[in-house]
Amino acid sequence: MFQLTRYLKGFKRELIVGPTFKLTEAVFELIVPLVVAKIINVGIAARDVGYVLRYGAVVVLLGLTGLGCALVCQYLASRASQGFGTVVRNELFAHINSFSHAEIDRFGAPSLITRLTNDINQLQVAVAMLIRLVVRAPFLVVGSAIMALCIDFQTGVIFLIAAPLVALTLYLITSRSIPFYKTIQRHLDRISLITRENLAGVRVIRAFSKQQTEQERFAHASDDLKEASIRVGRISALLSPLTFTIINLSIVAIVWFGGGRVDQGALTRGEVYALINYMTQNLLALIVVSNLVVIFTKAAASGARVQEVFDTLPSVTDAGNSEVVPVKGAPRLEFRDVSFAYGGSDEQSLSHLTLSVAPGETIGVIGGTGAGKSTLVNLIPRFYDVTEGEILLDGVNLREYPFAQLRGQIGMVPQQALLFSGTLRRNLQWRDEHATDEEIFHALRIAQAQEFVGRLHDGLDTRILQGGKNLSGGQKQRLTIARALVGGPRVLILDDSASALDFATDAALRRAIRQETAGTTVFLVSQRVNTVKGADRIVVLDDGKVAGIGSHEQLFKSCPEYHEICLSQLSQEEVNRG
Amino acid sequence: MNKTVFSRLLRFIQPYMGYLVVSLVFAAGNVSLTLYAPILVGRAIDLILGPGNVDFSGIARIVAVLLGTILLAALFQWLMTLCTNIVTYRTVAQLRIDAFNKLQTVPLRYIDGTPHGDIIARVITDIDQISDGLLQGFSQFFTGIITILGTLGFMLSLNVTITLVVVVITPLSLFVASFIAKHSFEKFREQSATRGEMTGFVEEMIGGQRVVKAFGYEAHAQEQFEQINQWLYDCGWLAQFYSALANPCTRFVNGVVYAAVCISGSLAAISGRLTVGNLTSFLTYANQYTKPFNEISGVVTELQTAFASAQRVFDLLDTEPETPDPADAEEPSECRGNVDLRDVSFSYSPSVRLIEHLNLSAKSGQRIAIVGPTGCGKTTIINLLMRFYDVDAGGISVDGRDIRTLTRDSLRGMYGMVLQETWLFSGTVRDNIAYGNPDATDEEVIQAAKAAHAHSFIKRLPNGYDTVVSEDGGNISQGQKQLLCIARIMLTHPPMLILDEATSSIDTRTEARIQKAFTAMMQGRTSFIVAHRLSTIREADCILVMKDGHIIEQGRHEQLLEQGGFYAELYNSQFAQTG
Repeated sequence: MFQLTRYLKGFKRELIVGPTFKLTEAVFELIVPLVVAKIINVGIAARDVGYVLRYGAVVVLLGLTGLGCALVCQYLASRASQGFGTVVRNELFAHINSFSHAEIDRFGAPSLITRLTNDINQLQVAVAMLIRLVVRAPFLVVGSAIMALCIDFQTGVIFLIAAPLVALTLYLITSRSIPFYKTIQRHLDRISLITRENLAGVRVIRAFSKQQTEQERFAHASDDLKEASIRVGRISALLSPLTFTIINLSIVAIVWFGGGRVDQGALTRGEVYALINYMTQNLLALIVVSNLVVIFTKAAASGARVQEVFDTLPSVTDAGNSEVVPVKGAPRLEFRDVSFAYGGSDEQSLSHLTLSVAPGETIGVIGGTGAGKSTLVNLIPRFYDVTEGEILLDGVNLREYPFAQLRGQIGMVPQQALLFSGTLRRNLQWRDEHATDEEIFHALRIAQAQEFVGRLHDGLDTRILQGGKNLSGGQKQRLTIARALVGGPRVLILDDSASALDFATDAALRRAIRQETAGTTVFLVSQRVNTVKGADRIVVLDDGKVAGIGSHEQLFKSCPEYHEICLSQLSQEEVNRG
Repeated sequence: MNKTVFSRLLRFIQPYMGYLVVSLVFAAGNVSLTLYAPILVGRAIDLILGPGNVDFSGIARIVAVLLGTILLAALFQWLMTLCTNIVTYRTVAQLRIDAFNKLQTVPLRYIDGTPHGDIIARVITDIDQISDGLLQGFSQFFTGIITILGTLGFMLSLNVTITLVVVVITPLSLFVASFIAKHSFEKFREQSATRGEMTGFVEEMIGGQRVVKAFGYEAHAQEQFEQINQWLYDCGWLAQFYSALANPCTRFVNGVVYAAVCISGSLAAISGRLTVGNLTSFLTYANQYTKPFNEISGVVTELQTAFASAQRVFDLLDTEPETPDPADAEEPSECRGNVDLRDVSFSYSPSVRLIEHLNLSAKSGQRIAIVGPTGCGKTTIINLLMRFYDVDAGGISVDGRDIRTLTRDSLRGMYGMVLQETWLFSGTVRDNIAYGNPDATDEEVIQAAKAAHAHSFIKRLPNGYDTVVSEDGGNISQGQKQLLCIARIMLTHPPMLILDEATSSIDTRTEARIQKAFTAMMQGRTSFIVAHRLSTIREADCILVMKDGHIIEQGRHEQLLEQGGFYAELYNSQFAQTG
């Protein structure tokens, strides 16, 4: 958390000037009761109208100057806290951008998003409060007590009893109710879970006519929430009456004992009133302090979460790499005894793969879920670094490439068809910013998407909504394929990217890729035998191990794992037709 | 509009009116006692005149009353809060239950056509907002108004002129408050819009990091992010500054009122129209007087949001429910499994025609495979068979009875349905299997799991049949989930089946198990299968080939191949040489 204070360095002026001004305002506020006491003791007692007016004007003047000081402070606090938040956000976003997949996997995207938005907002609030209140509120607490002690030490002792009592009450009630708020959040989560489930499962629930049961389940959860809320309400409802009682009893004490001191001649009537005034100020400031404690506790948690991201360093970097020169005559891609295990896991997700791929060759990758298919292709753009062995592109180890040079040669179609908000054209220019419409349409034709894009009213200017919500699954998939093809990649990777396409489109797509991208090395990952059957060579993976490499016919005869997969999907006749 | 929302909300509060009235009585008691205290303190101060001139017995009497006043005021405040808590939490709990129950009766069209996030927001956040609004409304709005009126009353009883001074300056406070509120509201709206934009951008870029990395898009993303971040700063600091003005400005106005009371009160005291004790009471009031105004203006904003939320919840409650089952609807005791679709037409929206003049007859025990390209209307047939949607024209009958003359429950009970998008609720594996038949014994559940080829993997789960299926289902694979859904059906012995085959993402071994389970289940039952597997299609008694909402071909596998039409083309396309 404290490491984050380095981002406050640029705001030194605000951090010093702001609280100073705020302190000045607080001092003025503490003087007011004294002035009023003077008016009562001197002005009224002496029936001096001029005195009353002069000192009345002083009260207004103190307020006005206080206002000026406060405004300066609020201005500086707003500038500094928002500025701080902006700097941290930029830095954090840049840092997240440098992460490799391993770090993104570790945190998870939703968690990173919360840290970047909500957590930094919390920190911003904390910085603002730091400038505005951290000096002011405790100063008022201590200041009002000291002023009281200065006026009359014996009566002032009441402050030394009352203030800790109020603080204790605030602490006890807040700390007792916090665990309940967690319970309430849990009940609320459950209510939202049941609602989500019912929306997603509406067909099943109605198919089984379970509406009644679901209503009872929900009513139960809602009841739990109600009970918990009322229970915590019972505790927090004590807060305000208790503090009210303590403060007012103290005022009674001030009147009683103060009266005795006036009787002895040690105190004046105006001063008794000033003491009462300080007591009220003391209470208000104490409440602010307790709120501050809550704000800073939250901010500390947020700060730790943000710092955790900063503390995580990317495991894959291209630092210090400069443009490499391909080795003449080397295979396009070469896997030399490559093994890979995810972050510290003992189990290898891919073990001892050796494979050399020529330009223009198509490699099929098949295997069940968790067999290591995606792992294999994710190693090519260096999303992860191999644990053992090495991968070479054009005869040069991947680790020696700058990311831009390496990834610039690869067209990747991920499993999840993901598009970004913006025009269709912008989405298709991701590999090549300057791609012309002609080049884009060429890619669309190969991806079997030219027909539906042609039918769109705005063509390439069609706006894609966030997540591509205005397109069907099949349309999105074809567009992500086209995106990877724009600019003619040297290595094309299709990671199970035809799952939403019907058989005919899938076949036409593979035919077009074969014909239109001669010279491009293609990796086709799939669970469907039909998709990989036509590849030059097929890599069969089983639990991370290479079960066989070869053509469909060879593997069907020699590789029992492949044989099994084929027969589960195709009839004997269909296998032979391939 | 707010008025109708308000009166509807009142109807929900109605059952707890007793608590509400009691809480208002306590509030009134609390406020009057709280306001009475400064007067007592003032009177006590009047008895403190100077050295040797203090009326202790008088003060003792006042202190005794004061103690009672303080304790009673605190007690009233506590009881008031308890009552408003009960009213609020019970009201919103009922509102929430009503909203949820509504979801069980609305047509599928509503649930399919509304973003789920939006519906969830109504049930969760909007109702929370109402809860906050009610709590603050009850506790601060009402006490605020009584405080203002009470303060005015007490001040008038002390001195009319000084009260007038206070009343004249008050509008200044309101003016300042509304000025700040207006400016900060604008900026806050701008800020939350920009924040929304940033969240959207970040969700896309971080959620899509794999793509961003693959395409080397990081620098572009950073540039765009910094741009949005700058906008956020530009409106954010202003929003924060404006809203931060409220406190010091209020303090200042308060200070002015205080000074005015101080001066005019002192002058009155000099001329003997006011005692010093009265003056201190006045000063205490002046210190508190602007507070309820600020609270009320805060509460008004809160209430506006709450009303807007209430409107959204009432909109949900007002959604037209499914047409109820007719009073004389039948519940047939047995079902032979003959299904006829006569001249059925249907579309989701009038502008896009989907199914037109569809005829189909499925005899008892037959397997009907529905095939065709994506988006051709295959799943729509499921929606119509189950009466999730009603046909626009024509009719569907089971064993010769139009399904609209049956109760929905009895119709849906005739089918066992396994969808591609598997749905399990967050509960144990056992409870999920027994979903359609909660009285099933453990043996029956295990029997069903065995029949669905699910028993072996369930046994290997950490807690076997007691393993809790988590919401994201991380502990159970997609294919295994489908096996559980099949087991769920196995336990209910329906006479007919609706199956929607998965297109991908299932590993081969589980896939083989699902195939076996499906085949076992289909034995002797009329089955409708949205099919992607060739083996399923080849063995069907009848294949419906759909294209653009029409059935363009119908027959057995061999017949259709011979016809050499769309089906033959579809079938052969997979074997066309890719190069």
